[in-house]
Amino acid sequence: MASPSTATPASPASPAAARPRRRLPYYAGLLAVQLRTSLTTAMQYRADFLVQGAMSLYWLGWNLVPLLVLFDHRASVAGWSFEAALVVMANFVILRGILEGAINPSLGAVVEQIRSGAFDYTLLRPADAQFLVSTARFAPWRALDVLGGLALLVYALVRLGHVPDLGQLAAGLVLLGAGLVLMYALWLIVVAAAFWVVRLDNLAFLLSSVFDAARWPAAVFRGTWRVIFTFVLPLAVITTMPAEALLGRLDLTTGLAAVAGAAVAAAIARAIWRLALRNYTSASS
Amino acid sequence: MRRALAALPTLCRIGLTEAVAYRAEMVVWLLTTTMPLVMLGLWTSVADEAPFRAWGSRDFVAYYLAALIVRNLTSNWVAWQIAEEIRTGTVSGRLLRPIHPFAGYLGTHLGAVPLRALAVAPVAIILVASSARAVLVTDPVHVAALVAALLGAWALTFALFVGLGTLAFFLDKPMGIIEVYFGVFAIFSGYLIPLPLLPGWVQALADWLPFRAMLGDPVAIAIGRVPDGAAAWALVGRQWAWAAGLMLVATVAWHRGVRRYEAFGG
Repeated sequence: MASPSTATPASPASPAAARPRRRLPYYAGLLAVQLRTSLTTAMQYRADFLVQGAMSLYWLGWNLVPLLVLFDHRASVAGWSFEAALVVMANFVILRGILEGAINPSLGAVVEQIRSGAFDYTLLRPADAQFLVSTARFAPWRALDVLGGLALLVYALVRLGHVPDLGQLAAGLVLLGAGLVLMYALWLIVVAAAFWVVRLDNLAFLLSSVFDAARWPAAVFRGTWRVIFTFVLPLAVITTMPAEALLGRLDLTTGLAAVAGAAVAAAIARAIWRLALRNYTSASS
Repeated sequence: MRRALAALPTLCRIGLTEAVAYRAEMVVWLLTTTMPLVMLGLWTSVADEAPFRAWGSRDFVAYYLAALIVRNLTSNWVAWQIAEEIRTGTVSGRLLRPIHPFAGYLGTHLGAVPLRALAVAPVAIILVASSARAVLVTDPVHVAALVAALLGAWALTFALFVGLGTLAFFLDKPMGIIEVYFGVFAIFSGYLIPLPLLPGWVQALADWLPFRAMLGDPVAIAIGRVPDGAAAWALVGRQWAWAAGLMLVATVAWHRGVRRYEAFGG
């Protein structure tokens, strides 16, 4: 996710010592270590597995309530049938599972580090700060959410009687990846804001509560909502387009534009992050 | 008790000052209650295609804007505050004071209400200026019931949250409970979807739970979905009974909790 190629964090230590290495295997090894640490921690709280599993099921069922109420009295809304809307919902559950398992915990931790001054130690390490910050912490039990989302996806596709061909499957996966990159970029921008506005838990909550709207096909929103969810926060890209791709309804140009948009967003987020790093004044000294 | 009452105006003033000091956070916090707005967007599109079970798009606008106002006006974060203070041991300081800790919490959160009212004023203005104005109640009996219901919803929410926070004396991770609570609340209070649109058995169950009195009932009174004044006051009566009952439970739980509490870091 983080491109380890061009970074030179504005470290308080001598630049030569903190210069990040550029080898891919080095970062792969680092990622493995970080993952193993999180997994070890998670295994210490094995009872959490059951709790998390129960919670995953609970929220999965909860998410379906409005869908069931709505489609109990309507065959379709804005051209989306119950099953098609279920595919969007499944994408949402999968994506949120990945976000809360792999991205939110790390980036949430860095905000605390910036506040306490412990972020200095991150900057001193001989690796790209964005990489370290993004992979610091994982919540492995969130994989249960992803599994639940996958089950929902399969169920929806079976009910539709639609088997996506290889092209549709690939397009769906690529677009889901683009949605993930987009959410990561938004998160990174929010975290970068923490360098200026220290108390930030609220802002993170704001982002995730807006992300909640992505459980619905973008087409059901009109007027102001449509504008906000397409241009301000491109929720349509995140969950609706992968669903359209899986269902074979997406044309190639739109899909490519979405992928390009996600790449641009990632580049902008990276630029903002580096700008924020240059402005970092340690809290500890 | 008398001492707590005498101290309450001062505690409220402190609460207001705190709320003003952290006003930016409060605004962002209020902005996170986007769920009614998302549901508003969804249901108005649905109702624009054709009314949904006799609910037109105007009804949904009135319902969700009113829900947004009631929620932001009556909510607080005392459950998180208490849980955190118990976890870190800072509650010890409160226990040493000569007034009941609940009075302190009450002051903090009551003091924030004026600021909350200020923050939701724009939403109220939009509601009154929109075409949804037509469904709002205007006769004095209903308006009086609405005011009582808003006060009751505040008291009930406070009592329930104090009770949830008190769980931290008995559990290691009360946050999980609060998360589950929110899911249950969202469905049985009418926060997610108006209760009349939910299946019959959900409505029947909701009648036996306190959650609808926290949100759905005040909203129903505001948008004229209650048959008459007497029915509105009956809802208010039930709401206050819930508030008193839950406050009693929370107080008993608190005293049992304090007895088994051993300060951390002692």
